[in-house]
Amino acid sequence: MSRFLLLLYQAPTRDGELSPEDIQRIIAKYTAWRDGLVQRNKMRGGEKLTDDGGRLVRVQSGTVTVTDGPYSEVHEVLGGFFVIDALDYNDAVEIARTCPHLAEGQRIEVREVDAMNC
Amino acid sequence: MDGRPESINQLVDHLFRHEVGRMVSRLVRVFGAHRLDLAEDAVQFAMMQALRLWAYKGVPDVPQAWLMRVARNRVLDVLKSERKLHLFADEADVWAGAGIAEPRTASAEELSRSADEVVDERLSLIFACCHPVLPRSASIALTLKVVCGFGVEEIARAFLSTEVAVAQRLVRAKRLIRERGIRFEVPTPEQLPERLDVVLEVLYLFFTEGYAATTGDRLIKDDLCAEAIWLATLLTGNAVTAQPQCHALLALMLFQAARLPARIDTAGDLLLLAEQDRGLWDRSMIDLGLRHLGRAARGDKLTVYHLQAEIAAIHATTEHFTKTNWEQILALYDLLRERQPTLVVLINRAIAVAQVSGPAAGLEALKMIPAEGQLERYPFLHLAEGEFHRRLGHLNEAALCFLRALDFAGTEPERRFIRRRLATVQAGPVAGQPIAVDFGPRESS
Repeated sequence: MSRFLLLLYQAPTRDGELSPEDIQRIIAKYTAWRDGLVQRNKMRGGEKLTDDGGRLVRVQSGTVTVTDGPYSEVHEVLGGFFVIDALDYNDAVEIARTCPHLAEGQRIEVREVDAMNC
Repeated sequence: MDGRPESINQLVDHLFRHEVGRMVSRLVRVFGAHRLDLAEDAVQFAMMQALRLWAYKGVPDVPQAWLMRVARNRVLDVLKSERKLHLFADEADVWAGAGIAEPRTASAEELSRSADEVVDERLSLIFACCHPVLPRSASIALTLKVVCGFGVEEIARAFLSTEVAVAQRLVRAKRLIRERGIRFEVPTPEQLPERLDVVLEVLYLFFTEGYAATTGDRLIKDDLCAEAIWLATLLTGNAVTAQPQCHALLALMLFQAARLPARIDTAGDLLLLAEQDRGLWDRSMIDLGLRHLGRAARGDKLTVYHLQAEIAAIHATTEHFTKTNWEQILALYDLLRERQPTLVVLINRAIAVAQVSGPAAGLEALKMIPAEGQLERYPFLHLAEGEFHRRLGHLNEAALCFLRALDFAGTEPERRFIRRRLATVQAGPVAGQPIAVDFGPRESS
């Protein structure tokens, strides 16, 4: 069993007016997906990130510069992430494929945590 | 917590929709009626936050308390940014007075507040939304949005309107509430009669629209019926508002709703009252309706809701169509005609006349309906007329009437239904079942 990160990217907020019933329906989908992983003992946690785009810290011409996000070249933000256990990439991808986050204009990046079995 | 261990914090059906009324009414009570917009926005904000956060973290132990906390903090943030927080310097006291615990400690105990208090807040909101100065169409939209938690799109779907039209009605209604300084409170016993009439009228319109068999989206229509029954139940549970006419309206709605499962056949076609499998009628709903009808009889009032509930009760408690007591139904329609001579009442009365005195008398009763307004365009008039002709053996006249009904039918299920009637006369004389169409208490408008 290996550990994977699911990074959930989304287009900057473009929520229309969702009705309470719509909102509950969407939450129910996420809950069902999440519960399924909890029951199969594959869900290790998840966090939502704030909507502000964060800060970018880097070195430019030898000095550290800090920029406020979101970054102009990026048309989407990292909304949050899940940490899951999966057998391999195929398994992890299957889990990502069923995530309700996957809709038009949204994507999930699947990365394996390097356990460095040495 | 709900006895389903395989699922972690499963949300109760319609929880979000039902929380809207509870949250808005409480926020309005603390921050004032002129803050209705802010309260609504804060509730929407809280629900969107839930959507974003719960997706990652799961549903909290007491979702209602979480939502209330976030909505309350949102209101405070907005007031802070408007520099109006000082107006609520004693806000913590206000909040405590309203029975809402501090955000950090609020949890299950917040929910255990007296149920009466919560009901009072809801009723206050209903009475404000159904204030006599508001146009009915505005009250309908506002009550569905603010009390029942329907979205604009859902309201448009339920009433076959457009989202733009619904949104305009909502804006207008809220402006009137602000301008007229409408208060959010249950009326005093002196004000009650006039105020209650409007509320009942709005609930009746919810229900009749929800019950209408042949137009619109069945799912949203069932929700509409359920909301009307729920709100009427709230009214009958409060000492001030539990008037006989509330019990009568609730009884009427329960009798009608009990028939919903039997009204449409497996192909989605409308069934005559005579064709319905009465075993499918919901017995427990009928029993509950009878209990409320009993309570409606207390007092000396005889409202249109009483009369309609009595008629519905006769159908609901008759085990077979052929045993229906049409004399009694006709007597009730006679009384109803005096108070509410609408097209639907007059046509239904003519059907009762035909059952008691024969189809020729039914035709006479139809002829006496004043020819005004939309009468000619009303398909059920022609349908009833055609049915009486059919039973008299006037097959050509019957066919003509059915064809006219077909011209004015509004929806495909209506047209299918009428074509079935047409086939019975084109195939030659048929004894057939007498007509009594289960269109419910729908108004002709």
